[in-house]
Amino acid sequence: MATYLLRRLLQSILTLLVISMILFGLISSVPGGIMSAYQENPDFTAEDLARLEAKYGLNDPVPVRYLKWLGNTLQGDFGNSFISKRPALEEIGDRLPNTMLLMGVMLIVTLLIAIPLGIISAIKQYTWFDHITTTLAFAGQSLPVFWFGLLLIIIFSVTLKGADGKPLLPGSGMYTLGAPFSLIDRVEHLILPVTMLAFVSAAGYMRYLRSSMLDVINEDYVRTARAKGARERVVIFKHAMRNALIPLVTLIGLDLPSLFGGALFTETIFAWPGIGRLYFTAALKTDYPVVMAVLIIYSALIILSSLLVDVIYAILDPRIRLS
Amino acid sequence: MTTLSVPAKKFRTVREQSLFLFFWMRFRRHVTAMLGGIIMLIMTVVIAFAPVFSPYDPFDQDLLNRLQPPSTEHWMGTDDLGRDMLTRILYGGRISLSVGLLAMGVSIVLGTLIGLTSGYYGGWTDSILMRITEIFLSIPRLFVLIAMGMFLRSLNLPNIQAGSFMPIAVVIGALSWMGTARLVRASTLELRGREFVQASRALGGSDARLLFMHILPNIMSPIIVSATLGLAGAIISESGLSYLGFGVQLPTPTWGNMLSNTQNQMLTAPWTAIFPGLMIFFVVIAINYLGDGLRDALDPRHIVGKK
Repeated sequence: MATYLLRRLLQSILTLLVISMILFGLISSVPGGIMSAYQENPDFTAEDLARLEAKYGLNDPVPVRYLKWLGNTLQGDFGNSFISKRPALEEIGDRLPNTMLLMGVMLIVTLLIAIPLGIISAIKQYTWFDHITTTLAFAGQSLPVFWFGLLLIIIFSVTLKGADGKPLLPGSGMYTLGAPFSLIDRVEHLILPVTMLAFVSAAGYMRYLRSSMLDVINEDYVRTARAKGARERVVIFKHAMRNALIPLVTLIGLDLPSLFGGALFTETIFAWPGIGRLYFTAALKTDYPVVMAVLIIYSALIILSSLLVDVIYAILDPRIRLS
Repeated sequence: MTTLSVPAKKFRTVREQSLFLFFWMRFRRHVTAMLGGIIMLIMTVVIAFAPVFSPYDPFDQDLLNRLQPPSTEHWMGTDDLGRDMLTRILYGGRISLSVGLLAMGVSIVLGTLIGLTSGYYGGWTDSILMRITEIFLSIPRLFVLIAMGMFLRSLNLPNIQAGSFMPIAVVIGALSWMGTARLVRASTLELRGREFVQASRALGGSDARLLFMHILPNIMSPIIVSATLGLAGAIISESGLSYLGFGVQLPTPTWGNMLSNTQNQMLTAPWTAIFPGLMIFFVVIAINYLGDGLRDALDPRHIVGKK
């Protein structure tokens, strides 16, 4: 186990290094960036520009710039945002709680919907309940998520009105501007973005759980449980469901990095001040340090979580041996 | 497995026919898949003959008739520049479907080649190729697509002429081959040791012959299914990217970028936000059902009618 972990860890670091090289090469070949602001300014002469280029090290060959970037990054310095002039890491830190709130609530809602629906439709296979849920899930998986968000806004923030003549639900932001903090206000602002994400993601989880449950129901140990006369409830909840939920660990584990950046469309559409929106605006304004920082942290999280999933899976399912 | 009392050639033709019939009989019973196929067929024809179905030009602005609601003249209304929505949807469909097809093609060819090589040669080749696959699986796909879109945008490529959608399609394809590669690799590994492949090798068959005449034809089913689902995925990716402004650039219409500025018009002209998205949804669900049916019909172990 220890050698396995060590090897995987080394591999992960190598993978991350290669990814950072590729991404740095890509990002640094995009023109614009910090110089574009000065280039448009008539007060800056060609000499000034050249001096600035030298100051920012833009004349160095890409590998040299990469090594400098890597050196700084390893010390936790991702550089300053070209726009706000604040450290990129600080910008990310500011937005992280907002994204985690949105995605955390979303993940809980998703599981609360998907687990019961998936299990029930597997137990009641081919009934009307199963047909309706599978069809809905199929539709959910084919839905362009950003368009679904637009539809939600049209329906709940534009067309439908509350008793006071105001829109039924707020369609943008995280809180009402100028109002003091209140839990109700926060929840109201969460409803639409969470619905948008949870519908689509619950669809995937539900289909997965249904087929996982169907597989388990046909296993010998479930048949044995029935044969020895265990009650149906016991068979379903104790023998079948607990085993059907094991693959869910993989699914949730692989979804964990999305707590960091999984809501780009939602955050852009609902003006939610999170990482996705930060990344989107940074990309629009070619703010490389922020773009690079988000990409690297996100990649690192994805690599870490897949390592985590393999280890946890091996602990949960003794049939699996790590090698 | 078979006695060779039947002449080999004759035997093969009969078998090929029955294989297709076998597939068709099973596929036909999949109502939703048939429906998906028919929808896609109609959609393709209508989009291909767009000028026949619409008297308008997708780029012609009519500023006196901005944001008109759907009427008999403009079935889907007009957009913020007075352009006919239906016409733009038809022409946009050409781009959206072309991007989807090209991206899917790129990802299937890449995935199949990498999977075949990896599974067939094994050893170091396999290790390196699978490491590369892992690297591609470890990047946040949407975020990197946006970064690539940022890069493409900075090149200021001309964007009205035909084929301007190609770069972004290739990028989408180049970032989505990993699933296919793993699938193909696993199947190749399994087939490599089978008797008919070994027999061909013993008869002096070259690697290329073994790979493309014996192994590839036997793994076509999963490749076809993953191509179908890949097409749906590529269409969604393109629409999302173009919606954000990092995909196909305006004024060339695609279903995605037609939605770009609609959020400001939602109060006055909600139809501009509804129709393009509806098209994406219909096409993607039709393709997904098609893929579902193909998977069931192409897998002989699956009993049709019992999902």
